[in-house]
Amino acid sequence: MSLAQEGKGDLELICPAGTPAALRAAVDAGAEAVYLGFRDETNARNFPGLNFSPAELETGLAYAHGRGCKVFVAINTFPRAGAPEAWRRAVDCAAELGVDAVILADIGLLDYAARHHPGLRLHLSVQASASNAEAIRFYHEAFGVKRVVLPRVLTVEDIAELNARIPVETEVFAFGGMCPMAEGRCLLSSYVTGKSPNITGVCSPASHVRYLERGTEMVSRLGEFTINVFQRSDAAGYPTLCKGRFVVGDRASYLFEAPTSLNVLPLLPELMAAGVSALKIEGRQRGRAYTAQVVAAFRAAVDACRRGEAMPEMSALDAITEGQSETSGAYRRAWR
Amino acid sequence: MTGKPAPTLALGPMLFHWEAARWRDFYFRIADEAPIDTVYLGEVVCAKRRPFILPYLPEVCARLERAGKNVVFSTLALIMTEQEMDGIREAIADPIIEAPIFEANDIATAALLAGRPHVIGPFVNAYNEDTIAYLAARGAFRISLPAELSITALQALGRTEAVRTVGFEVQVFGRLPLAISARCYHARAHDLHKDGCQFVCAKDPDGLTIETLDNEPFLAINGTQTLSDSYCSLLGELQTLRDAGIVSFRLWPHSCDMVQVAALFDAALGDVLAPEAAAARLRGVVGDVPLANGYLQGREGHLWLDATAAAGTASAAAMRAAK
Repeated sequence: MSLAQEGKGDLELICPAGTPAALRAAVDAGAEAVYLGFRDETNARNFPGLNFSPAELETGLAYAHGRGCKVFVAINTFPRAGAPEAWRRAVDCAAELGVDAVILADIGLLDYAARHHPGLRLHLSVQASASNAEAIRFYHEAFGVKRVVLPRVLTVEDIAELNARIPVETEVFAFGGMCPMAEGRCLLSSYVTGKSPNITGVCSPASHVRYLERGTEMVSRLGEFTINVFQRSDAAGYPTLCKGRFVVGDRASYLFEAPTSLNVLPLLPELMAAGVSALKIEGRQRGRAYTAQVVAAFRAAVDACRRGEAMPEMSALDAITEGQSETSGAYRRAWR
Repeated sequence: MTGKPAPTLALGPMLFHWEAARWRDFYFRIADEAPIDTVYLGEVVCAKRRPFILPYLPEVCARLERAGKNVVFSTLALIMTEQEMDGIREAIADPIIEAPIFEANDIATAALLAGRPHVIGPFVNAYNEDTIAYLAARGAFRISLPAELSITALQALGRTEAVRTVGFEVQVFGRLPLAISARCYHARAHDLHKDGCQFVCAKDPDGLTIETLDNEPFLAINGTQTLSDSYCSLLGELQTLRDAGIVSFRLWPHSCDMVQVAALFDAALGDVLAPEAAAARLRGVVGDVPLANGYLQGREGHLWLDATAAAGTASAAAMRAAK
């Protein structure tokens, strides 16, 4: 496979649309595609107050398409045993409304979509955890998947090698949340809260979060477990359970991952050279101001990268990164 | 006769990095003494560990087969490099026994095994009947289901056509694998990098417990894998699982006396021993570890719930606190 293949190295900018307002903000800020989900358990950001009804999707599609922006619909939880109807309806609805692609994770649902909507473009969700060429080829050959969202476990070198071996486009996470675990294969949230990304579409849900004052400390809890302890003078971070401080032996540390934000801006030229087709901005749970700011910053950076220019200064992003620190995550081997 | 197939006990693949001779002797004893039908062999967590057990694999396999055990060769859960993929291709192309059965723990391996009988391991997401039917059509004859499925989901699967084409397996004993990463947490906990890990994971034959800042046991790490700190035990739910159509019951290997663990599950499955009596004896075998069964009731996986009454819940943490 040559990098000259259409789409490889394009760095198409894929932006989160948690709400209709965020969709418009992302489109106006220069998104080439937005991704969103229906307001139910069929998508992996099933948070209160987020997501789209079919009518809202229809309106959002008109807005985006009118401005040359694509719309992808994530239907990326795993259908409940004995009750696949909601997931099938979501695929049917997305296809009927004319979305540009659906982002799926479940093999049974991919099979359904491929058989019932042969014209519908299929993307493989990160929740499918396809981390190697053989897996990606399977999804391409079996269901005609055109693009795979890569798990956040691969280095830039791994991605370049992968792109040389697969007949589909790759999309990588560029900014925002940073899962240190292989997505779609993580049961940590359900172990602690009973709610999981794969079944319920949530991770470390707010319904199970408590902040307790204890002397001079603020304790952040998820379910029955302490995830972190802060001085009350400091801001207490959200207790996402893999971003907590835990004790091994007699030492406390951010064992899995610190509460940092993923940011690949400095890596854009490398990702382009590695043949990456699309950059995914994480954050459907974020407000439209955040969305507008991040999308505009990445728009400028990708444009500069495409022109072969130096990356512009990105101080605008510093203030909004979680925990005020950034990581290039697994893209650099040293992370492992 | 109910027409149901007889339940069978399976020993899942060794998740931890045991010294190779100890690994061999463990399986010799399983071969000689444990009432287990199927033994899964092979490295699932970290490709770097595989060379250590390879020299012993043929003799362990031979001993298990002589003892009448069905051997299934397990494969890596997270495949990230062509080198790792090649290791699996070689194992399939050049097997140590005739007509071997493999367990796929990544969809890539399931793709390699398409068209021949194989097992889908619990690291491949098979949550519903459509996915299961698809995998079965490609040769899967047994599917080891995700640990977080509730009894409601298992019963729903048991009512679908899928149950006619594949045998369902459920994890019923041991620390539950919860996550896998590119990052090695054992190395990280020892201030090492994954590439120079010195195999520090070998120090912890059941994984390394990590605690919260309030010093409550929370999870366990095993190289790139994260497991529950508590040990899953579904001794009290075996009959319910059988009624739901589950035919295979997976025990995860630990350093406690697995022959005794297997004997207790075997006795409970065969109605030789009441679940309560088996559970009491299991406590004697596993020692002072927290037990959990919450997933099966659709609850938090770490909880320990009364198997017969959904009410009267008490968490593993609360049980420990009450001791």
